[in-house]
Amino acid sequence: MSGTLFLIQTLNGLQLGVLLFLVAAGLTLVFGVMDFINLAHGVQYMLGAYLAVTFYGVIGNFLAALVLGLLASLGFGLLLEFLVFRHLYDRDHLDQVIATFGIILFLNHAVKQIWGAAPLTLPVPEYFTGSVVLMGGLLYPVWRLVIIGSGLAVAAILYALVTFTRTGMLVRAGATNARMVSALGINIERLFMIVFGFGTMLAGFAGIMIAPIISVEPGMGTNILILALVVIVIGGIGSIRGAFLAALLIGLVDTLGRSFSVDVLRLMMGPSPARVVGPALASMLIYLLMAVVLYLRPAGLFPARGR
Amino acid sequence: MTGAAVATSNSARPLRLTRNVVRPAVIFSAFALVPLIAWLGAEKYLLDVGARIMVFAIAAVALDLLVGYSGLISFGHAAFVGLGAYAVGILSAQGIGEGLIALPVAIAVSALFAWLTGIVCLRTKGAYFIMITLAFGQMVYFIATSLAPYGGDDGLTIAARNTIARLPLLTSDRAFYYFTLVCLLATYVLCRRLVASRFGRVLRGAKENATRTATIGFNVRQFQLVAYVIAGALGGFSGFLLANLTEFVAPTYMSWQQSGELLVMVILGGAGSLDGAIIGSIVYLVADEWLSGLIENWQVIFGPILVLVVLFARGGLLGVSSRLWRLGHE
Repeated sequence: MSGTLFLIQTLNGLQLGVLLFLVAAGLTLVFGVMDFINLAHGVQYMLGAYLAVTFYGVIGNFLAALVLGLLASLGFGLLLEFLVFRHLYDRDHLDQVIATFGIILFLNHAVKQIWGAAPLTLPVPEYFTGSVVLMGGLLYPVWRLVIIGSGLAVAAILYALVTFTRTGMLVRAGATNARMVSALGINIERLFMIVFGFGTMLAGFAGIMIAPIISVEPGMGTNILILALVVIVIGGIGSIRGAFLAALLIGLVDTLGRSFSVDVLRLMMGPSPARVVGPALASMLIYLLMAVVLYLRPAGLFPARGR
Repeated sequence: MTGAAVATSNSARPLRLTRNVVRPAVIFSAFALVPLIAWLGAEKYLLDVGARIMVFAIAAVALDLLVGYSGLISFGHAAFVGLGAYAVGILSAQGIGEGLIALPVAIAVSALFAWLTGIVCLRTKGAYFIMITLAFGQMVYFIATSLAPYGGDDGLTIAARNTIARLPLLTSDRAFYYFTLVCLLATYVLCRRLVASRFGRVLRGAKENATRTATIGFNVRQFQLVAYVIAGALGGFSGFLLANLTEFVAPTYMSWQQSGELLVMVILGGAGSLDGAIIGSIVYLVADEWLSGLIENWQVIFGPILVLVVLFARGGLLGVSSRLWRLGHE
C-alpha cells in the first residue's frame, strides 16, 4: 500500500465522486422539489454519452459535440417530461417507479437497436491527452483532472444558482414545501420544468465527460443510477449540499475499498481468504455504509429542512 | 347514502363470488390443464414456460403481500429469489443434492436476510424504503458476482435437480410442473389466509394510516417486519424452484432489473389482490416469450406499454376488468 498508489486512488475516488455528484444533483432536485422518483435519470446519462459520440462522428470536434450533446440531452429530457413525467407528479411512488422502469427498458433497448450492442468510444480531446507529473514523479491522466475540475466548477455554479438567484430560492422553497410555493402564486409547473431540464442536462454532461475514459455501451446508465440513488439517500433527498458531500464520500469509499480491501484484510487473515473476501467486501462497502447511515439517521445526513 | 350502499351490495355479491371463488378456480384449472395441451405437441417447451410462470408467480404473490397489502414497495425482491437459488446451487456444488435439505436452507437463508435487512429498511419510509431495498438487493448481487469459487459473474451449473428423500422425483418435466403447481397453490392459500386474518387486517390498516394503527396499540413495525420476513422466505422458496427448473444459478437472478420485473408483474395484474400477481406473471412472461420471438429487443415495445398501463389503466388488468364488469352491470 504505497503512498503514490494511495494518492492516485484518492484522485480516482474524487473523480468518481464528482461524476456521481453531477448525476445525483439532478436526481435529488427532481426528487426534492417534485417528490418524483425518476429511475430513468441514469438512462439520460447514457444518452448524453451516445449523443456526444454520434455528434463527434459527424463533426469531429469535441467541444462542438459536447455543446450539441448537451442541447440534445436537454431537448430529449424536456420531451420526456412533456409526454410522460408531467402526468406522474401527482401519482404515488409505485406508479412513478413502474413508469420510469418502462422508460429504462425502452431506452436501453432502443439504444441497442440503433447503435448496436458493441461498446463505442469517444477519443479524449487532443489538447487534454497525455498525463501530467504530479509530486513525486507521479503520472496522472490530464482528462481525469479535467473531469474533477469541471465537476467542482459545476458544483460551485450550482451552489451559487441555488443560493443567490430567485429561481434557486424557489427551488429551495419547493424542496421544503412545494404546495406552499404554489399557493403563493408561483407557476410551479414551469419551475418543475426548469429543474427537470437542468437535471437532465447535468446527467448528460456527466455522460459526455466520462465517455472518453470508459466504453459507451447500453446499460451504462443503470450502475451509475444505483450509486446516485445511494448518494442522494445518504445525503438527504432534496439537499444539494448533502448530495455533494455524499457523492465524494461514496466515490472515495468505493474506489479506495476496491483497491485496498485485500491488503487491509491480509493484515487480519491469510492471503488466500483475503483474496476471496476482499472483493466481496469491497463491493458491499457502500451499501453497508448506506445501511448504517439510514439506521442512525433515517432521512439522510443533511435532510432538506421542513420534511 | 344507504340507498347507494344497498344498490352496490346487490351488484357486489356476484362480483365477490367471482373474485373469491371463480377467479382462482379458473386460474388454477388453467394451470392444471397445460400438461394436457402439452401432450399435443411442443411438450417440453410448454411445460418449461408454464413452470417458469408459476415459479415467478410465487415470488410475485409474496411481493404483493408487501406492495399491495402493506404499502411497502420493495425494489429488492429478486435478492430473496436469488438467495434461495444460490442455496440450492452452492449445496449442490458441495455434493448435497437432497431437496429436503436444500429447501429448508433456501427458505431459512432468505428469511434471515429479510429479517436482518428488514430491521434497517423498516426504519425508513416511502421513497427511502424503495431505495434501501434496492441497495440491499444490489449488495447481494455484487456479492454473488464476486463469489469466484461458485462461478462469479458466469453463474453456476447445477449437476442435477434435487432429489426428494433420495428419490429423483423432480427429474421428469411433467412431475416438476405439477410439483410447482402444488407449491403455487400452497403459497396462494397461505397468503389468502394471511391477508384475511387479524394479522392481514393490521397490515392493511397500517397501509391506510400507520399513525392511527399505531395509536390503537399495534406495533406497526413489528407487523411489517413479520410480513417482510414471510415475503422474503416465500421469495427463497421460489428461488429454490427456479434453480431446480433451470438447473443453473447466476447473479442475474437477483439483478435490479429482475426486481423491477417482479414489481411489474404485480402492478400489471393489479396490486392488492393475490390473483393479480399470478395474472401479471402470466401476462408478462407470455408477452416475453411472444414478443421476443417477434423482435430481438422486445422491451422497445414493452416499455411504452408499461408507461401506458401506468398512465391509463389504474389498478392493472384486474382493475380495468372489474371497472368494465361494473359498467356492463349498471
